[in-house]
Amino acid sequence: MPTEKTSQTADAVAHVWSDPPDLSPDQDLAALREMLRIRRFEEKAGQLYGMGFIGGFCHLYIGQEAVVVGLQISAKAGDQVITTYRDHGHMLAAGMDPKGVMAELTGRAAGYSKGKGGSMHMFSAEKGFYGGHGIVGASVPVGAGLAFSNLYRGNDNVCFCYFGDGAANQGQVYETFNMAELWNLPIIFVIENNKYAMGTSIERSSATTNLSNRGASFAIPGQQVDGMDVRAVKAAGQSAVEAARAGKGPYILEMITYRYRGHSMSDPAKYRTKEEVKKVRDDHDPIAQVRKRLLVGGMSEDELKQIDRDIRSEINAAAEFAQNAPEPETNQLLTDVLAG
Amino acid sequence: MPSEILMPALSPTMEEGKLAKWLVKEGDAVAPGDIIAEIETDKATMDVEAVDEGTITKLLVAEGSANIAVNTPIALIAGDDLAATPNAVLPDPEARQEPKAKPGPAVKQADEMPSEKPHPAIGLSSGDALGSINTDLSGVEVIETTMREALRDAMAQEMRRDADVFLMGEEVAQYQGAYKVSQGLLEEFGDRRVIDTPITEQGFAGIGVGAALAGLKPIVEFMTWNFAMQAIDQIINSAAKTRYMSGGQMHAPIVFRGPNGAASRVGAQHSQCYSAWYAHVPGLKVVAPSTPADAKGLLKSAIRDPNPVVFLENELLYGIAGPVPQVDEWLVPIGKARIARAGSDVTIVSFLRGMTYALEAADRLAEDGIASEVIDLRTLRPLDLETILTSVSKTNRLVVVEEAWPVCSVGSEICAQVSMQAFDDLDAPPRKVSGVDVPMPYAANLEKLALPSADDVVAAAKAVLYL
Ligand SMILES: Cc1ncc(C[n+]2csc(CCOP(=O)(O)OP(=O)(O)O)c2C)c(N)n1
Ligand SMILES: [Mg+2]
Repeated sequence: MPTEKTSQTADAVAHVWSDPPDLSPDQDLAALREMLRIRRFEEKAGQLYGMGFIGGFCHLYIGQEAVVVGLQISAKAGDQVITTYRDHGHMLAAGMDPKGVMAELTGRAAGYSKGKGGSMHMFSAEKGFYGGHGIVGASVPVGAGLAFSNLYRGNDNVCFCYFGDGAANQGQVYETFNMAELWNLPIIFVIENNKYAMGTSIERSSATTNLSNRGASFAIPGQQVDGMDVRAVKAAGQSAVEAARAGKGPYILEMITYRYRGHSMSDPAKYRTKEEVKKVRDDHDPIAQVRKRLLVGGMSEDELKQIDRDIRSEINAAAEFAQNAPEPETNQLLTDVLAG
Repeated sequence: MPSEILMPALSPTMEEGKLAKWLVKEGDAVAPGDIIAEIETDKATMDVEAVDEGTITKLLVAEGSANIAVNTPIALIAGDDLAATPNAVLPDPEARQEPKAKPGPAVKQADEMPSEKPHPAIGLSSGDALGSINTDLSGVEVIETTMREALRDAMAQEMRRDADVFLMGEEVAQYQGAYKVSQGLLEEFGDRRVIDTPITEQGFAGIGVGAALAGLKPIVEFMTWNFAMQAIDQIINSAAKTRYMSGGQMHAPIVFRGPNGAASRVGAQHSQCYSAWYAHVPGLKVVAPSTPADAKGLLKSAIRDPNPVVFLENELLYGIAGPVPQVDEWLVPIGKARIARAGSDVTIVSFLRGMTYALEAADRLAEDGIASEVIDLRTLRPLDLETILTSVSKTNRLVVVEEAWPVCSVGSEICAQVSMQAFDDLDAPPRKVSGVDVPMPYAANLEKLALPSADDVVAAAKAVLYL
């Protein structure tokens, strides 16, 4: 199990953990596929944004793929996922169709929200994905409400509630922590600490920077996890999820991770150096780590390339679909405001 | 078959940029995610990453070339067999953002802003009683200034004048403002007076109120007013009501400011007009300027005002330029509307971005021989009903234009007041042109339909004229 380390160092993710247990080769391979799908999807989304097919804000998940992929390994049918606007990876990992996600990004009727929601506001009732939320912090109590429904119904499902290091300072997060522990809600608070909230580093916004300790005054246990290593994420996620399913209440997983791209699409990125970004990419890339293990385990470079090739044709097909799908009918403007 | 790598846009409003540097040369193999070039706009530099795997066969644009239009092919890449086709597909022109009306993501530079037609010079009405302040613009030196700069200049001048004024908000200091409104303020005033906050709106709005009750004069910037919903309790319960609750003993001289209303394609949670929400509240003043001159003069007045002032800006107006008088004390009084265009046939009342539609409609109505009187409210609370009633007594027709939802809106209030106070002056029932009564959709076609347009204003004006 990852052991906690307290002090932050200059290298954004240079935390020292004891080696996490290995994944089986099959699990590694599955994780590689999932992470590659997310990365290729995001690269394509960035490209479509540059071509004008996607408007408004578009927050890419590149660099953070191991977090959601490692946690989804412990998810089961009926569990819920809720996150912020940096949501494309979570949707793909939750099993949503890249065509439907990409078509929402281009604002087309075939998108998951019929083109009405956009990049930041997408949902799938079928896959238990509850958004896609644009207001920093606001999705955290909503996630606790999803967990509450599991407790109320007496099932053993859990809610995976993702939010950022910046969001972790919002007041409603602490109101939620208190009630989650008070009522023993089956929720995993996943703080994706990518070190920055827009242009503000965690050191400049937070009086204490070990976010896994943020539940301490409510007696919610937590730990920091190397969020660039899918093995560490899986191991930490599994024990937290098992405990929550067994009725032991909430848990905080602080995932130390990093976003390679800007906050949204046009971010001058003057708040960090190119060297910092490069170092993380070179030394900690979540996909490169798995790839290396698979090569050592006997897979060939050609086999790995073929996987990438297959994923890219899937993503290219999704992009083509999303570029050519029709916009919503204009009568859609007035529908879906009220239920019933 | 080689495919083309195209010049990307860094924001929907970017039309061209400079290829600052190639990080690959012809013959290099690249993989997805590799940085192949750096491109530059005036203020930002950005990396271009390869999306496909393959070999760069040709660099089509020389390093250092400027003014390269978005979507120009900049290099050729010979894929292995998986080179992506969509890379070479040119965007469907319908889907391409029209730079004019479409703003970009959080970080935008003045040079990338839509170059909308500057608003007409501030036609100060006779009702504009500015007291001792010089209101006659003839002979006064004016400088073309963007809304963004005008707001910054107002804050800087007031901070120079009064050491108790300080600015606080998310990304206002080191980042120079999410929309670059506070550019240069950290350098001039230091981090004691230009303060980056965590993302904790309720907390820092409340801290602002407390500091104001203790006599300081905070300017609290909300990255957008959408996020001030986290803080609305502090604005209303702590800032607006304290003077009354304390029997006049204490009050909060604080300005809450930031962009309000629809931006472009940012969806339901980021596109909402709060005019009616705050105009409803006794104890607040609410200001909503549409020109750089008004923005500067009103922000200076707001900072000096002893009351809490809600100052509503609009992201899509930050880049518009207009003449701003270079007089020492350019103060525009809170509570006074402005006649933006005089006319006798129909009164069109609007504010903030609604003025864009109102003025465009007035131009088009003029082509049909209809003379509109366009009133820019500038302040929503207290409302300058006198200017509206005077105009309606002349035109006998009223159209109100706003981007907000129609139910219980500022437009509703104006129609109600005019109907109650000047029923006999009206030759037709007043008309409202508002946003459609739905959350803002993301899809380009639906978003357009959800917002008012100059066409809607023209139609409403003709309707009240029975044309
Ligand atoms: C209540 C609220 N305040 C401000 C914003 C603007 N905003 C959007 S994302 C963001 C930064 C959030 O950073 P973090 O929580 O670390 O998540 P990350 O973007 O790194 O994934 C800010 C300030 C918002 N959307 N909602
Ligand atoms: Mg972050």
